[in-house]
Amino acid sequence: MRERFDVLVVGAGPAGIAAAVTAAERGQRVGLVDDNPSPGGQIWRSGAPVPRVARAWMQRLEASGVVRFQGWRVFDAPSPTMLRAERNGASAGEIGNRGELAELQAGKVILATGARERFLPFPGWTLPNILGAGGLDAMVRGGLPIAGKRVVVAGTGPLLLAVAAHLAHRGARIVAVCEQAPLGRLARFGLQVLREPDKAWQGARYRIAMRVPLLTGCWVAAAHGDGCVRGVTLRQGKKYREVECDYLACGFHLVANTELASLIGCRIENGFVATDEHMQTSVTDVYCAGEPTGIGGVELSLLEGQIAALTCGGLAGEAQKLTELRRQKLRFAHALAAVCRLDPELRGLATDETIVCRCEDVPLGALRSLSSWREAKLQTRCGMGPCQGRVCGAATEFLCGWPADSVRPPVFPVALANLVAPSENKVPMR
Amino acid sequence: MSEKGQLLSLRVNGEDLVVAPGTTVAAAVMMAGAATRTSVAGERRAPLCGMGTCFECRVTIDGAAHRRSCQILCTPGMDVQTGDAVHATGAHG
Repeated sequence: MRERFDVLVVGAGPAGIAAAVTAAERGQRVGLVDDNPSPGGQIWRSGAPVPRVARAWMQRLEASGVVRFQGWRVFDAPSPTMLRAERNGASAGEIGNRGELAELQAGKVILATGARERFLPFPGWTLPNILGAGGLDAMVRGGLPIAGKRVVVAGTGPLLLAVAAHLAHRGARIVAVCEQAPLGRLARFGLQVLREPDKAWQGARYRIAMRVPLLTGCWVAAAHGDGCVRGVTLRQGKKYREVECDYLACGFHLVANTELASLIGCRIENGFVATDEHMQTSVTDVYCAGEPTGIGGVELSLLEGQIAALTCGGLAGEAQKLTELRRQKLRFAHALAAVCRLDPELRGLATDETIVCRCEDVPLGALRSLSSWREAKLQTRCGMGPCQGRVCGAATEFLCGWPADSVRPPVFPVALANLVAPSENKVPMR
Repeated sequence: MSEKGQLLSLRVNGEDLVVAPGTTVAAAVMMAGAATRTSVAGERRAPLCGMGTCFECRVTIDGAAHRRSCQILCTPGMDVQTGDAVHATGAHG
C-alpha cells in the first residue's frame, strides 16, 4: 500500500491528535499512524473514563477526515518524509502480504512518538506481576481484573499518584506508594504546582482517591517470589521493611521515544528531540511535538501538536498565542524534570547477578568492566534483543553513564518479508 | 472495561477463557495465570511495559510467533500459545 499526504503524523497521543486535527481542519490531507489498537496514546488510553478535553479532541478527530493507520508501526524512514510501516498483529498467513506494509509519503512529517517509562533494575525485578506503573495501569485498562489485589506503586514522578488513584478506584488495595524523591524536594515542587491550578487540583484529587500514605525518599530495594512476585523490600533512608503484594507497579518517570527522530537525522539534545519554538526539528520538513521534545504532560503536548501543525501549514502567525502559552508550560516541565531527578543511591540497587538486559539476560556483573554502550552490545549482546535497548538503554545510561549511540533501521523488529519488500517509491539508498 | 458488548471466548494454551470485548491478549494471558515467555536463561517472564516497547509480552497467536500481546485485542476463537507453555511441554511453537 502506498499513500501520499500533505502532513503525516506519527503517534496518536494528545500531541499527535492535536497536530492531525489542526492540520486537517485547515484543509490539509493528513495521515496519522499509531501502533496501539485505538487512539489516545498512553495517557488517554481507552478502558477507563477519559477527561472531557480528551473526548473533545477525539470527537474532532472522528470528524476531521484524517486517514488513520491505527495499529500500524513505523519501522523505517528511507527518506525524512517517506516512512514505512507494518501492521501489528498480522497473523501468519498475512505476513508478507502487501496489505500489511504501508509506504507513507508526505510533504511534512510531525513526530509525536511519546515517551516510555524508565525502568531501573533491582534484585527480583524480572518476576512476573512486576510491571511499570503505567504498565500495570495499561493492563488494567486492557481488562486485567485488579479488585482486591494488593499493589505496591513505586518509582518516581506524577504517574505514580495517577496510577495509584486509578487502581484504587478499580478496587485494588494500594499497600504503599513509594516516591524516590525526598520530601523537601517534593514540597518545593508542590509550591510551584500551585501556580498551575489544574495540576494542583489533579494532584489533590489523586491523593484523596488513593487514601494511603505517600512514602517519600523510599524505593523498592528487592522483590521476592517464586514464579511471580509475592512481596517487596522497601527502603526508606536507613530503614528496611518487607511488605506482601500481588503486583508491583514500578517506573522511574519517563524517557522520550526519540528513535525514529534519530533515524531520520534530527538532532537529539540531552535525550530529547531538539526543536525551535515552532516545533521545527533540525531536519527540513520534519517537526516534533509532545514528550519527545521534553516531558511536560498533556497540556504542553496539545499546544506543541497544534503549533507544529500550524507551522506546517504556513500559519506560524496563528500559532503565536500558543507559543506564548507553551513558554509558560515549559516552566512546569523543567520543575518536573528537577523533582524526578534520580537519587544516586539507586545506582546501588542492582547487584552483579541482577539482570539489566531482559531480552538477552545480561547481568550487571557482565557490564562492569566495559566502557561504552557499543562495547556492551558487542561483548555481551546487552541491548541487542527485540526491544533494541528501549528498556536497558535508559538503565545503563543511569548505572554506567553510557549515552545511547546511533540508531539504525529497522527501528522496530519487522517481518522479514516487509523489510526486504522492494519500495514502490524510487528513493536513493543510504 | 468501558467497551460494551457480548463476552467472547478464546483459547490460552488450550484452555478456554471468556473475556470482555476490548481485552488485550496480554491481559487475557495474565488472567489465565500464564507467563508470556521463557527468557534465554530460562526465567518465566510476563508483561512489563504494557505499551509495546519491552517485548516481554510476545506470544504465538493463531500460529504467528512473536506477537506483542499488549497491543492486540482478543477476538473470538483466537488461539494463544505462550512461550512458557511451549517450554514446559517440550512442544515447538
